[in-house]
Amino acid sequence: MIHVFATPVLALRGVSKRFGAVQALTDVDLEIHAGEVVALVGDNGAGKSTLVKTISGVHPIDEGAIEWEGNEVRIQRPNDAQDLGVATVYQDLALCDNLDVVANLFLGSELKSLSVLDEIAMEKRAKELLDTLSIRIPSVRIPVAALSGGQRQVVAIARALIGDPKIVILDEPTAALGVEQTAQVLDLVERLRERGHGVILISHNMADVRAVADKVAVLRLGRNNGVFNVADTSHEEIIAAITGATDNAVTRRQARTATKEDAK
Amino acid sequence: MSDLTKTPAPDAEQSAAPIPAVDPRLLVREEGLKGYWTEFTRKVRGGELGSLPVFIGLIVIAIVFQSQNSNFLSASSVANIAVYTSGLGIMAVGIVFVLILGEIDLSVGSVAGVGAAVWAVLNVSNGMNDWLAVAIAVLSGLALGLLHGFFFAKIGVPAFVVTLAGFLGWSGLQIWLMGQEGSINAPTGSVVEHLTGYYFEDKAAAYGLALVAVLAYAASLLLDSKRRKAAALPARPVSEIVLRAGFVAVLCFVVAYVLNEPAGARGLPLALVLFLAVLVVADFVARRTTFGRQVFAVGGNAEAARRAGINVDRVRILVFGLSGLLAAFGGLFVASLSGGATKSLGGGNTLMLVIAAAVIGGTSLFGGRGKVWSALLGMIVIQSIQQGLNMLGMASEIQYMITGAVLLAAVVIDSVSRRTQKTAGRA
Repeated sequence: MIHVFATPVLALRGVSKRFGAVQALTDVDLEIHAGEVVALVGDNGAGKSTLVKTISGVHPIDEGAIEWEGNEVRIQRPNDAQDLGVATVYQDLALCDNLDVVANLFLGSELKSLSVLDEIAMEKRAKELLDTLSIRIPSVRIPVAALSGGQRQVVAIARALIGDPKIVILDEPTAALGVEQTAQVLDLVERLRERGHGVILISHNMADVRAVADKVAVLRLGRNNGVFNVADTSHEEIIAAITGATDNAVTRRQARTATKEDAK
Repeated sequence: MSDLTKTPAPDAEQSAAPIPAVDPRLLVREEGLKGYWTEFTRKVRGGELGSLPVFIGLIVIAIVFQSQNSNFLSASSVANIAVYTSGLGIMAVGIVFVLILGEIDLSVGSVAGVGAAVWAVLNVSNGMNDWLAVAIAVLSGLALGLLHGFFFAKIGVPAFVVTLAGFLGWSGLQIWLMGQEGSINAPTGSVVEHLTGYYFEDKAAAYGLALVAVLAYAASLLLDSKRRKAAALPARPVSEIVLRAGFVAVLCFVVAYVLNEPAGARGLPLALVLFLAVLVVADFVARRTTFGRQVFAVGGNAEAARRAGINVDRVRILVFGLSGLLAAFGGLFVASLSGGATKSLGGGNTLMLVIAAAVIGGTSLFGGRGKVWSALLGMIVIQSIQQGLNMLGMASEIQYMITGAVLLAAVVIDSVSRRTQKTAGRA
């Protein structure tokens, strides 16, 4: 995918974050444009979650700058990020099991008429939103507890879209899903891109990353370790960047196969 | 948001492909009465019992006691149940909110006692204006509740412990306030005496209230159905509205008739009117306002509520404040019934009856599920049993045991239905 937008919607410039004696992030840069899916990959402890939390306002940054549409902004609290237009879908879904789908979608931003909840308007908007995203659930009036894992995941993502955010952060959206549900969520990610949202996708699953992402940003030990265009990067290059070595299990295996072929 | 749903997506062709309106896996209700029955049996098997056990219980109670003593369903007996239901029922409304939040308030009895003591000292001993004394008594309940909420939400002390401390501490405050006297009688003609002593003797009052209730209920159902049809959403069929309104109408007018017509009838008790007013307002707050939605959300998943931008601490403090306020208001009813404030008002089994009423009525002890009306249903069950046992001349120790058994049965139903709901994927 070709990008002609000059200024990214969100840009991190030299962001650092410390937790006590641990330097979690050092001088990290990241850019997300509208209509772009950026996969954020890295080993466990590479700083993916911390980076996402600095964007969503859970952990304010120590050094560096965050730019929103070219202007420097400060994100100190979750509300700051929400006000800018950053929506985060956390790994542990954060839905209320006892409330129905409509109530969950609008939780915290209920529609009201004369300060009374307008259930009908909310149900109508919920149906429209779910239809445009081609999300299929049995009914919008059943408690979330009755939905399957994949359905809950798409409801959680749809919930993030209620405030019409510019950036959607998905933390491991396919981690606990089956084949069919994973495909549904990936479809949904593509639909978000088509609608012009910028998407940050955290995933350990290289197949998912290669399926939907435009760019892959690799973090290693809290530092940038390369940003790749998915189209012209091989699987092995990304693995090498994640593990931080050209000598890793994948390349060793490749070398062995190559030598065997030479011998023949 | 508006342009999100209105502008056609780039993949308009794709999304224009027919999307089935209803998921084939959803068990849709068939039309007609047979459909109601299948839906009903499916819900019961799935553990969604709702108010069913209470209604069955009430019918059993009525049949058993009426067969033992033909005065059980007489006007004076029903009026008695209504009046005794009101005071503790108002306290139970506050407990319903606390239970929906997933917490417990053990201090309601003591707060009720403090409320009554504050009123008695101000009004009777110091001659303060009736209304002002009542207002200060109720507000002092609010203040105590907010204090519990503060310690629970901000300091992080478990609600169980905070309100247990309140239970002891406020009993002490109540005894200290009452001072030497031990009991202060409500003066004849005072506001508090009227709370449970006043009856609308005009028959038009009871029938009028029943009529207003039925019309308001039917109108709200019809209006809702009309608006849903206009928005192209599934709406209740007219037959269901007629059925529901008819059921409510029969219920209201039978009660109004019993209160008005038989020999010895005194008309509509003011206490019942006030209790119903509290119920209607509280039910509206719980189901139709942002605050009510937030209470359910915090009770269901506090972390999700926090991430949705809800001020969880504020919700918790306000709910405990509401519980304290309603406890003090209910305490004035109890004082009115017993002729005045005493050192022991709100002690004994008051707390247990109030919590039992909420649970018997169908509000879950596990948080997130419940209805305000369960305060009314549960308290009617408890007071009917007490009234019936009193009429049979049963000793109070037997009454305690039977009420305890009913409470245990209610909690067993709650636990079992919750487990069934889990296996049916509904909790």
